Amino acid sequence: MTDTPDTTSIRDAVNQHLARRYRAETRFQLAGLSAVAAAVGILAVLLGSIIAQGLPAFTVHQLVLPVQLNAELVDREGDGSEASLRRGSYSRVLQEAIRAEFPDVSARRDLRNLFGLYTPLNSTRLMDEVLARPELVGTTHTFRMPIADDLDLYLKGRLVEDRTLDTAGALTAQAGEDGVLVQSSEPDFAGLSADITDLVNAEARLLETRAEQARLRSEDLTGTEREDALFEAGRLAADAADMRARAATQDGWLVLNADLPSILVEANGTTLRLTELSSDGRRARAETLLGEAEIDAREDWTLYVVDTPESRRRVSDQAIVWTRALSDRGRISHDFNTYLFANADSREPELAGVKGALYGSILTMLITVALSVPVGVFTALYLEEYAPKNRFTDLIEVNINNLAAVPSIVFGLLGLAVFINAFGLPRSAPLVGGLVLSLMTLPTVIIATRAALKAVPASIRQAALAVGASKTQTVFHHVLPLAAPGILTGSIIGLAQALGETAPLLMIGMVAFIADAPTLGLEGLTQPATVMPVQIFLWSDGAERAFEARTAAAILVLLALMIGFNGLAIYLRRRFERRW
Amino acid sequence: MALSKTAHIVTAYGEELDQLADELARMGGLVETQLETAIAAIVRRDSTLVQAVRDREKQVNQMQVDVEKRVLRLFALRQPLATDLRMTISALKISTDLERVGDLAKNIAYRAKDLSEYPALALIDRVERLGAIVIKQLHEVLDALSSFEIEPAIRVWRTDDEVDERYNALVREMLVSMGENSGLVEPGVHILFVAKNLERIGDHATNIAEALHFMVTATPLEADSPPPA
Amino acid sequence: MPDNHPQAQIYDSHSGGERPIKVAARDVCVEYNGKQALNHVSIDIPDRSVTAFIGPSGCGKSTFLRCLNRMNDTIEGARVTGSLKIDGREVNDRAVDPVVLRASVGMVFQKPNPFPKSIYDNVAYGPRIHGLALSKNALDGIVETALRKAGLWEEVSDRLADPGTSLSGGQQQRLVIARAIAINPEVILMDEPCSALDPIATAKIEELIDELRENYCIIIVTHSMQQAARVSQKTAFFHMGNLVEFGPTEDIFTNPRDPRTQDYITGRFG
Repeated sequence: MTDTPDTTSIRDAVNQHLARRYRAETRFQLAGLSAVAAAVGILAVLLGSIIAQGLPAFTVHQLVLPVQLNAELVDREGDGSEASLRRGSYSRVLQEAIRAEFPDVSARRDLRNLFGLYTPLNSTRLMDEVLARPELVGTTHTFRMPIADDLDLYLKGRLVEDRTLDTAGALTAQAGEDGVLVQSSEPDFAGLSADITDLVNAEARLLETRAEQARLRSEDLTGTEREDALFEAGRLAADAADMRARAATQDGWLVLNADLPSILVEANGTTLRLTELSSDGRRARAETLLGEAEIDAREDWTLYVVDTPESRRRVSDQAIVWTRALSDRGRISHDFNTYLFANADSREPELAGVKGALYGSILTMLITVALSVPVGVFTALYLEEYAPKNRFTDLIEVNINNLAAVPSIVFGLLGLAVFINAFGLPRSAPLVGGLVLSLMTLPTVIIATRAALKAVPASIRQAALAVGASKTQTVFHHVLPLAAPGILTGSIIGLAQALGETAPLLMIGMVAFIADAPTLGLEGLTQPATVMPVQIFLWSDGAERAFEARTAAAILVLLALMIGFNGLAIYLRRRFERRW
Repeated sequence: MALSKTAHIVTAYGEELDQLADELARMGGLVETQLETAIAAIVRRDSTLVQAVRDREKQVNQMQVDVEKRVLRLFALRQPLATDLRMTISALKISTDLERVGDLAKNIAYRAKDLSEYPALALIDRVERLGAIVIKQLHEVLDALSSFEIEPAIRVWRTDDEVDERYNALVREMLVSMGENSGLVEPGVHILFVAKNLERIGDHATNIAEALHFMVTATPLEADSPPPA
Repeated sequence: MPDNHPQAQIYDSHSGGERPIKVAARDVCVEYNGKQALNHVSIDIPDRSVTAFIGPSGCGKSTFLRCLNRMNDTIEGARVTGSLKIDGREVNDRAVDPVVLRASVGMVFQKPNPFPKSIYDNVAYGPRIHGLALSKNALDGIVETALRKAGLWEEVSDRLADPGTSLSGGQQQRLVIARAIAINPEVILMDEPCSALDPIATAKIEELIDELRENYCIIIVTHSMQQAARVSQKTAFFHMGNLVEFGPTEDIFTNPRDPRTQDYITGRFG
């Protein structure tokens, strides 16, 4: 301070390091920024993929069919009573309705396929509608039911790769002895036959390469291994030769099969599947899938290709044809998927919904809230405000803190041992689930509440005591209202955690398939139920592809629920927060 | 040297109080010199000393102004309490007394000039005696002030009676002399004034002793105050 | 002990003679977990006057203040012994309910601590919990009187529903004083009531204290010697748990008897 030269040298030293300090500052900021960006990016990818997967599940394609509710089929006793209506053969009604759409179908196998456009469970839904409105008996009722899950996926464009090609010529088709002969006035099929030849050749090349590899491998081997390899090489070479032979057209005809893309020709209500393509690109042989095989020089026709071979997909060409026909006739509507919310779980993805899990979650949460919040808050209040500080209370405190760190499945085991085995409460019941989750949430609530109580300044307590308020008055008039936002936030975070919990519920049987939603009421507490995260877990395991989207959709519903919960926490905090 | 044995936490405050005490001591020293010079001028009939007295008088006045400023500063910035408060207040009073002593000394010196025009008076040794007592009083009280001792102060306070007696005797004799010889009236009046001034200086010394007593003990110096040990 | 010094009454302009004793402490000792915080304090505090407690931090002045309304009860490990009487009634007695005691001994703290409620509710809280008002009108009256006594009525009468925390620091402290006097206490304890306030707000509080002493026995702990000098009639100096000196404020600030008091108030190393 006193001698100037020192000051200058200090300033120089500071200046020397200044640039480095600024660089360090910038580096630190960049590191922080990139961490935030990475977190946001990961979140965005996660959310984006879930939304992309889940969104299609929020819509559904429905068959809208006029169903003839004939009295003899529906009202067996003829008295219109509920018992009589319950005995009605609604599946027949539905079958007749769909047969009315495709009267040509008569073979038993074809009929079974046709009835596979929807799940037979829909007959129960039809019965419910009739039971609700008995006056429908004897009328033609427009019934909406979800199309089979695979076809729904097909209609959403998520099952197969397909394309519609441009056509130039006029189409003529004639039934002959070896199938239907299809002819176009322009070489509309030329591109297709080239594509398919390339496809077959590529496949043949692949087989040849593998045959060559197997042969080379055999040279390093001895004994039976060598013989196996040589046999393999021979087999692959034979397959490849077979392929080559198919690509080389026989008498100018390229033969199509189930391992190759399906080519469909649609015109005037008729759908033909091509079986052989002529090398001139104008002619093809075909088989009839729908309608009459007589077409006479029509300009308006569609050349539709399903690139995924029939052998490698879950829907047959026939089903696709029927679906497209129904769609053309306006028998299919694309609607919001009410089944997702109105139904409980189902084996059929198109009818499966989250209602049961949602109700189960609500009931479970109600129990959890009713138990963990009051017990937790009062425990925290007592420990924080009244309990003397001694070894015993220290022990309790340590144990509560440890309890918060106990793996949740342990609480499930406890629930199983105590609530179900010892107390004899029913399995899979929201009551038991709520009890178990309460145990799990309690430590969180207690710790959050204690933190909130600790944050209330001592001056407020002193102020209240100084005007002569008793301890209890001080706590309930001043401390608790001030701690309320913190308590609410802590509790809601604890509850949100419980809402997303699966592990402890597995132990108490809430992981079962439950097709009926529990009633929202006291009796619902003991009915078997499941909860959202368990439902997600179950669906993620589902065999049908449509469950994939439904899993993502259920995750979105759960996320929405969580965001709602957290939003509520933020709202309550803002609402009750007071300055002091 | 401060009144309290322990140092201030705020060093600058303690230093200011010390400086106030120093200024007071220097002022006291100057005033003492003024008085000694003035009496010497009267006794030795030496009017050349008057100029020196006049010069120093300006210095004394300036010092009083400085002490006042310092006291004002202390009140405004330090809000002295207890001993510090008493010391500051007393310093103000003492500086006023000293300034008055300086004025009176100057007055005496001026009269030396007039007196030198008259023949020497027989009573002048009585004046010298009175002057010596007053100088001793002033000297003792200033010593007491610099060491914050109250015993010498009380002693000075008690000596004031002796000064009064000597002054009264001097006045009586002077009046008698003047009645006998009218030629003595003019120098006699000057002598009377000199004596009166000396008596007043004695009073101021007593005032300073009282202020010092209050400064140290916080009680006024009264007739029933304990006699010096 | 230089208390009841005859000179004190000469300087006490508001006093019409000797004040009756309001608070009488004899050999009051306080321990916090075995550590002596207050050592055999005996003091007689007069009614209808302001008594200031001064002393360095940790000297026991606040501890003694908290003995008077048994706020030490709320501190774990605190043990109070000795006799402490307000109006001849023993305070430090198990039989005395601290809640009842605190209704007659109000307290104002260092930091203004209004409840995060409306201005009205802040003042009305005490009367409500003690059941002092039988009707809404009576309560309104109590609130208005308390706010008027605290010199705050003019400033807040048109916004009684505003939160108490919306007031300025000085207003908050006066609100807290209003809250204390709303239950009509006999003694008002103030623990450094102006330490968080600016000089103007401090002056207003001091003026208020000066007005209140006509009706209450006020005991104020302060770190500001000037404040003690300005507002109090008597001053007690505490040092290391001992009551070192107690006497008329004028005497303490012009001529303290004890060298420790002397050193403390003149700002010297003790």
